[in-house]
Amino acid sequence: MNWLQRFFKKQQLETELEKEIRDHLDRQVSDYRRAGLTEEEALRKARLNFGGVEQIREECREARGTHWLESTLQDLQLALRTLRKNPGFAITAIATLALGIGANTAIFALLDAVRLRSLPVSEPQKLALIQIEGGNRTGIRHQARSLSFPLWEQIHEQQRGFLNVFAWSPNTFEIGKGVTERPAEVLWVTSGFFSTLPIDPAKGRLFVAEDDRSGCGSPGAVISYGFWRSEFGGRDSAIGDKIFIQDRPTEIIGIAPPGFDGLEVGRKFDIALPLCAEPSYFPGSDILRRSDFSFLNVMGRLRPGWTLEQANGQLASISPAVFRATLPAGYEDGSHVSYLKSRLAAYPAANGVSGLREKYDTSLWFLLGITGLVLLIACANLANLMLVRASTREREIAVRLAIGASRWRIIRQLLTESLVLAAAGAAVGASFAQIFSRTIVLFVTTQQESPYLDLRLNWHILAFAAVVACFTCLVFGVVPAFRGSRTDPGDAIKSGSRGMLGNNRRSLFQSSLVISQVAISLVLLIAAALFVRSFRNLMTLDPGFRERGVVIASLDLSHLPSLSEDRAELYMRDLMEQLRALPQIESAGTSTHIPLDGSSWTLGFHLAATEGASKFTWVSRGYFGTMDKPLLSGRDFDDRDTRSTPRVAVVNQTFVRRFLGGVNPLGRTLKTLAEPNYPATEYEIIGVVKDAKYDGLREDVPPEAFGSSAQFGVSAWPNVFIRSSLPPPAVISAVRQKLNQISPQIRSDYRIFETEIQDGLVRERLMAALSGFFGVLAALLAAIGLYGVISYVVVARHSEIGVRLALGATRGSIIFGIVKRASTLLVAGTLLGLILALSATTVVRSLLYGIEPNDLATFLSATLFLLAVSLAASYIPARRASRLDPLDALRYE
Amino acid sequence: MESPKSDIPQGTLDLLILQVAALGPIHGYAIAQRLQQVSRDVLQVQQGSLYPALHRLENKGYLKAEWKESDAGREAKFYRLTSKGLTQLKTETANWERLIDAVAAVLKLQGGEA
Repeated sequence: MNWLQRFFKKQQLETELEKEIRDHLDRQVSDYRRAGLTEEEALRKARLNFGGVEQIREECREARGTHWLESTLQDLQLALRTLRKNPGFAITAIATLALGIGANTAIFALLDAVRLRSLPVSEPQKLALIQIEGGNRTGIRHQARSLSFPLWEQIHEQQRGFLNVFAWSPNTFEIGKGVTERPAEVLWVTSGFFSTLPIDPAKGRLFVAEDDRSGCGSPGAVISYGFWRSEFGGRDSAIGDKIFIQDRPTEIIGIAPPGFDGLEVGRKFDIALPLCAEPSYFPGSDILRRSDFSFLNVMGRLRPGWTLEQANGQLASISPAVFRATLPAGYEDGSHVSYLKSRLAAYPAANGVSGLREKYDTSLWFLLGITGLVLLIACANLANLMLVRASTREREIAVRLAIGASRWRIIRQLLTESLVLAAAGAAVGASFAQIFSRTIVLFVTTQQESPYLDLRLNWHILAFAAVVACFTCLVFGVVPAFRGSRTDPGDAIKSGSRGMLGNNRRSLFQSSLVISQVAISLVLLIAAALFVRSFRNLMTLDPGFRERGVVIASLDLSHLPSLSEDRAELYMRDLMEQLRALPQIESAGTSTHIPLDGSSWTLGFHLAATEGASKFTWVSRGYFGTMDKPLLSGRDFDDRDTRSTPRVAVVNQTFVRRFLGGVNPLGRTLKTLAEPNYPATEYEIIGVVKDAKYDGLREDVPPEAFGSSAQFGVSAWPNVFIRSSLPPPAVISAVRQKLNQISPQIRSDYRIFETEIQDGLVRERLMAALSGFFGVLAALLAAIGLYGVISYVVVARHSEIGVRLALGATRGSIIFGIVKRASTLLVAGTLLGLILALSATTVVRSLLYGIEPNDLATFLSATLFLLAVSLAASYIPARRASRLDPLDALRYE
Repeated sequence: MESPKSDIPQGTLDLLILQVAALGPIHGYAIAQRLQQVSRDVLQVQQGSLYPALHRLENKGYLKAEWKESDAGREAKFYRLTSKGLTQLKTETANWERLIDAVAAVLKLQGGEA
């Protein structure tokens, strides 16, 4: 029998033990009887010889090796029973822990999803992302990590360190036809995409090398498992079905396995198409030829025996040839040189790629720190509660110690109670975390971006919650347990109902708990105040234009029958006139750039003797008016500016300051440097416009020049800015109706500019809201902790206060005495908190705008707030003490 | 006054039990009697303390226990030495003898020098 069997056969073993001992005693007695002793004498002597039956029995039980298990179960039962007897305490403790552990687990779940989790493929650590070292800075690009198709071809041919490389590009395309038309996430992929990862199909087949050859037409689509379930109800017959993608029927050839959502964290794919099919979906598209258009992510799987360093070395050695072979035509010298100097490099990509990660990484770690500190404060409160409880149980513990329980046994029992609380808190917290993390994702979901994250419980998250629970249990359980077991039985029983309230060491421990609570919550309050003020700075910042009341319609004219340049210009002009003529539309204009959306277009230029680079945007007549960007001098674009007149430009104030030293720029000529598709052009400066933010609110205004879209040529995808006093939904429906009337072939997509800009601040809003919430929560917890300790002190000194009142002390002096004691703790905690906050300032600097991390006003207001709340918390018990009836207090004694 | 009695040195009780059990299956009371008889009442075992030791040895697999009918039709728990127990007994005996020799040698040395 092993110990587990012995544990389950306990009853049988007990009976046998009983029988064996009885047998022994019987034999002894009959032997003594035979030797001539009386029955009574024999029995007595046999017992004497045998020793303490109860003790022997206990030792035999211990010999079974199951003792620890039994006593643990006993502890557990006892713990459950005591907690059931105090439901108030149990619920408070579990709720506190559930909130604390839940918040931590939620943030961890997000971190896990965006940063820590590996791709669901074998040996993900062998995957590497290949990009230009330091990020791509040339031409038109989707992201810094994007590469052009010719570059991809070169890499594919010349690299040696990878078993295989593949490329993909995420897009949003229209699928379906007519009323069912809707956007879907479509990936262009090269043939190695699925086979290199490797991913096996759930049904049908995935792309193979034969699918990927230039001019492949449309060899079919692979759809994601989720898309298959939602669009086809998981029917097998989906294979072979056709879906319309950009109006083109496409056969479904396979279904990706469940759990594979693509390689970009936060973005799932619905449909994958072979990259070679791009020209058949977008006739006339030349992105597979242009080396100045970067839209591909390139990844590879390391060849067995190759390290990332070796692969990097090989990439570096082929770089000069690769970039020479793909140099875009039409660059002038400067850009030319920097392009040729580029180097390829590979970076570990076991966790996939993610824009979300770059955006939220620091914030999430920071939030995890905040929630961790809040949990610590909550634990300190619990530790206090446990201490108070232990003191009310002093007599019970003293009695148990007196009848021989070991100190270790008492500690174990008290710790078991903490563990039960922590486990219950973690269990409730884990489910709370699910709700909380989903809420955060909803919070950061915007008009343009809805992150898709897999936040289902997995073992990482559960393990995290378990570790946090054990940690909290240690923090709030250990000291009270040791304290509790240190009771001197004699003292405790003698001191009767008063317990050990005068114990100095205990109150020292409680004081240090309160001091650290105050310190930590001050740090959190300061952080919260900084984030809130930083967010407010951004919200109230004047971007240089008025976004309220502006709707942006992004048109897609590519489905219209093609027109000559001049006809297209007339068509566009007429379209804009019709929109402007709509009732209550104040003004409208087009622009090639939407401010603050993160995109950017830079051209180099010569201006007299200076050479520089400036942002370039092509706008129509009426754009400046629509944006409420006042013209400071010169004139706006108008109908005089056409394709046949000399090119004109409007520049912003920064441009004038930077390149013209502030002198009047009107009439000066600037000449842009040639870029692929942008030949060198001369512009006469005809006006100066007020500075406005370009990339983002946090960035400084860059020099910007505007050209006339009438002179530049009509884009097939213009952005139309419309200002109206109507509510945005009304504007959108009026414009949509009008466009449909002009031509049903025009597609359009709308954004409310004001919402768009607020969406750009979603991270700041998240930090402000969460840190504010946790900061106030921390302050309240600290105040509750202080309240608890002061109440405790008051109860402990009941009789002393009674005597003092009886001897004529005023109520005021009683209150003063108690509040003074509280203030000592507060001042100590505040000083500690200020030191901590000052030493942590550098960490937050990158997340703040327009405020220094050691801002005096912020520090002061956070401190005052905390002091006010805490003093109020200690005043309540103090007042209660001063209302004490001396007679009652003394009678109590 | 009876003859002087010695408490059993720590840890030797197991050895004695194994040795007694090596002679054949035997129940607890008989072991106690045997120890007392053979040592001519010098080794004083508190009889009860035999049982935790027996159970420990059983759980370690040195002894195997069985309920069997004994004299006069009453059932008793008989302990029998297992092969694992025999090995243990040999090791322990050897250890014990080495210890005795060593102690004896030291004691003699003192006598010679004096």
